[in-house]
Amino acid sequence: MSEIFTTDVLTALLAGGILAGVPLLFAALGEMVAERAGVLNIGLEGYMLMGAYVGFVTAYHTNTFLGFLGGAAAGAAVSLIMVVLCIRLGLDQIVVGIAITLAAEGATALIFDSQFAESRPTLGATERIDIPGLSQIPVVGGGDTSDGSVFSQPPIVYIGLAIVVGTAWTMRRTHWGLNIRAAGDKPSALDAAGVSVLGTRTWATLFCGAMAGMGGAYLSITAAGLFEDFITQGRGFIAIVLAMLARGKGAWVLIGAFVFGISLSISDALQIAGVDISTDLVFMLPFVTVIAVLVVFGRRSYLPAALALPYVRGAR
Amino acid sequence: MSSDATAPATAAQAPPGPAETAPPAAIGRMAEIVVRSLVPVLLALVAGGLVLLALGANPIQFYADVWSGGMDFGAWQDTVMRMAPLALIACGLIYVFKAGIWNLGIDGQFLLAGGVIAGLAPELYGNMPDALMFLILFIVAGVVASVWTIVPALLRAHYGVNEIITSLMTSFIGINLANILIKGPFQDTASNVPQTEAIPFTNLLPTIPGTRIHVGVIVAAVLAIATWYAMSRTSFGLRLAILGANARAAAHVGISVPRLILVAFMTSGAFIGLAAAAEIMGIWGYVRADWNPAFGLLVVPLVFLARFNALATIPFVAALALMTIGGDLATQNAGVSNEFTLLLVGLVLLFMGVTELLGRRRSLGQSYLQGIKRRKG
Repeated sequence: MSEIFTTDVLTALLAGGILAGVPLLFAALGEMVAERAGVLNIGLEGYMLMGAYVGFVTAYHTNTFLGFLGGAAAGAAVSLIMVVLCIRLGLDQIVVGIAITLAAEGATALIFDSQFAESRPTLGATERIDIPGLSQIPVVGGGDTSDGSVFSQPPIVYIGLAIVVGTAWTMRRTHWGLNIRAAGDKPSALDAAGVSVLGTRTWATLFCGAMAGMGGAYLSITAAGLFEDFITQGRGFIAIVLAMLARGKGAWVLIGAFVFGISLSISDALQIAGVDISTDLVFMLPFVTVIAVLVVFGRRSYLPAALALPYVRGAR
Repeated sequence: MSSDATAPATAAQAPPGPAETAPPAAIGRMAEIVVRSLVPVLLALVAGGLVLLALGANPIQFYADVWSGGMDFGAWQDTVMRMAPLALIACGLIYVFKAGIWNLGIDGQFLLAGGVIAGLAPELYGNMPDALMFLILFIVAGVVASVWTIVPALLRAHYGVNEIITSLMTSFIGINLANILIKGPFQDTASNVPQTEAIPFTNLLPTIPGTRIHVGVIVAAVLAIATWYAMSRTSFGLRLAILGANARAAAHVGISVPRLILVAFMTSGAFIGLAAAAEIMGIWGYVRADWNPAFGLLVVPLVFLARFNALATIPFVAALALMTIGGDLATQNAGVSNEFTLLLVGLVLLFMGVTELLGRRRSLGQSYLQGIKRRKG
């Protein structure tokens, strides 16, 4: 065991876990907030894809920072469809969510193909910030390795961590958080208290769209350095699962995203150690574990009572 | 051209209308159904045409190419064959959707069943008559996909765990497990790429005389009729409908809700497994690792457009099959990405929503988007 987990391998494992986990972190965090507010975004994959595309194009023409902003804006713009059709007009959230995912898959592939079919441009490596001192620690430092580690990451990763902390605090300690949770658990009570249910859900969904778009932008700008059709490869759906498993706890989103990130990248890291292990197997394990836990400790799900239900004032 | 592509829908949709509702005002109801089902498709074709225009392609030419690519020079046979898996998946989804349950693990069930029978086929091939082999493979495919739905079904039935999340998770597991099997025990050692050993092309499912169309299409047609019958003429269908309308009422009238959820889930899985068997044994004869036609989400909207009526799904399935087969030629000629179909299906769904809103204003008849009622708790 100890021969396998050398410093190089552990560093690669951490770096890979972060690289693959950050898009999940952003998307799952947004989805967690939206779900708490009672909105199930099956279109998360679509938000991420649009964020990845717009983020990539913006970063290609301007700079990385604007790229991330562009990605977030694009994700929020797509989530507006959800806001209008589902929150405002009360259509089925799952049907519209599937529509958003399919349409975004088609649209990004179409537009990208018509713009860059010949050139297939790539971006350079995103610049990292070395945290003074800490980045020199072996394994977690990563200041002198090519992929970095915990203390040598692009600014967006630290911004993401800050957003996680900020969101977790907001959800637990502020009126906003209380409103969001009420919108999902007992919307009529929130309405009676004089707070707009539709408004609360709208902001939660736009936040979700922006976060997912940012996650997608990270995927294309930092993780891949390019855009390709279906670049998200179902990560949006994994993020939905993570958000549901996190039960509204920001810390669990962080842990879940990192665990899945590691499982997505562990086979690469183990190749450094000369261990050849099937990517498919490793990728399967977290899901198998979750299912096993659900079966063994089968308990009721912890979803908000009004999840995916449109709110109609006065309806029973 | 666009109207040609959807014209058969009008005719083929007529029979279920009067059968479902009382005779009075049947014509009015039928008109409602046609308007509600066709308007979204037409709007999506128009909007898709505008997108094509914006990309510098000629939409009329494009849709004409879709038609000729999917119909001319014997391509109609490919279109008909593509209908088999799509129709079987659609039928499978009807059993769960009607009961108010979401089975979104379609791709995992499809690929796992496909992978297992593709690995099993070379073992059986040559050791028994082909007919027996196909029978065994179809049964195995149905059973595998059906078993794959048990965990989400039981969790939903007994603990109320949201089946969307669990069926998605088991879908991921199924896809990866299929890949593990194909790259491992089932791999064809004579091949450089990870894939299963191929059944000779000449020994795939028998074809309908005079055509290239395999008999899986007939299986699909028979099962679609059986599904329509089961849903509209049997107590099983009624129980599913009651469960879908109101789970609490279903329990009060003595329906064993957990058992019915399990049965609905497993039936839907079995149909999806048969879809995989028809596709693998009818067209391919082998499965390559990481192959994923991703039919799942494409079929979901059709089931809604057809309002959970198995016969009414057929024109929509035909249109989707035509789009996917003819789309290759059309996108190639127009110089756009061949993912245009995805955009079109997504647009159909969105316009379904818009039509729904207009319908609520102008009373175009019963809503189909509320067909799946979300349960509390």
